[in-house]
Amino acid sequence: MTWEFKKDRPIYAQLIEQIELNIISGLWGPGERLPSVRDLAAQAAVNPNTMQRALSELERDGLLYTVRTSGRFITEDGNMIQKLKDSLAMVEIREFFEKMSKLGFDRSQTIRMLENAARGEK
Amino acid sequence: MEPILECRAISKWYGAKLALDRLDLTIPRGRIIRLLGPNGSGKSTLIKLCNGLLTPTGGELLIGGKAVGLETKKIVSYLPERTYLNSWMRVHELIAFFKDFYADFNESRAYDMLSRLSINPKDRLKTMSKGTKEKVQLILVMSRDSQLYLLDEPIGGVDPATRDYILNTILSNYNENATIIISTHLIADIEQILDDVIFVNQGHIVLTASVDEIREQKGMSVDALFREEFKC
Repeated sequence: MTWEFKKDRPIYAQLIEQIELNIISGLWGPGERLPSVRDLAAQAAVNPNTMQRALSELERDGLLYTVRTSGRFITEDGNMIQKLKDSLAMVEIREFFEKMSKLGFDRSQTIRMLENAARGEK
Repeated sequence: MEPILECRAISKWYGAKLALDRLDLTIPRGRIIRLLGPNGSGKSTLIKLCNGLLTPTGGELLIGGKAVGLETKKIVSYLPERTYLNSWMRVHELIAFFKDFYADFNESRAYDMLSRLSINPKDRLKTMSKGTKEKVQLILVMSRDSQLYLLDEPIGGVDPATRDYILNTILSNYNENATIIISTHLIADIEQILDDVIFVNQGHIVLTASVDEIREQKGMSVDALFREEFKC
């Protein structure tokens, strides 16, 4: 997996997003143990303190949890992962509607085109 | 823990020219910091004061709580802008040289990095390209278990793939209580490994901030901010 970063946004925020993606895509499964902060930082080629900050925030949100002495794990709460998945999907959908409206399509036109496209028509 | 570096009202005059003007600066341990500033802003002067190559005209400079001297040189690893190494020497001779000089030199780490960058320890420095010479110097400097690393314009001539490897090596090898200060204006894409950025201009510190603070508050990268602040 490669980690990529945009130039105009905080790195820790981008780390959070990529880790969330790893979790909802199942690349990192529920209950799985995470590598150490140092290893993760080296993998992503980021500063360990930045990685620490991202992990702490994810922990505060409940997506990760720490077990004393044995490390950091991904939540086993399937509902929580599903909720995250839904909310990220909503973000994508809203963005898509916005782009379509810039092209001059209203919601119903957009939905119609979407349905057609899904059926494989032009 | 006491800071690794403390400058109290440091000034440096070169004859009638003021290079650093009553500079105050405290740098904690365990940080990766980039020193940034236009040409002639005082970056190299500051670094040379930290390793004792220059002495301040006024003020006080402490490394790990001690005045710069023999004791502080033991814990400071310095990569100069221009090499002081003898170009007729072979890499393995340089390694022996560093081992003699520094008690904290880790020989096996040096050989390990050399082999991963496919550098032959039997090669002489003078037969190498600019980028390879830089790699050798950086390997020597980073193979010490120091508490403060001062890197003045490292890896400018190194290709991007090697640069990634080197950054990664820095990240995975350095001790978490050590601090690295990198002075450079060449490299835009090292931002993600940094904790803080210190902007220096005309002998003054104009801004100290973390990379993410700059991105959050200004909505731009450190590099973009630099171009804006110091537009010619």
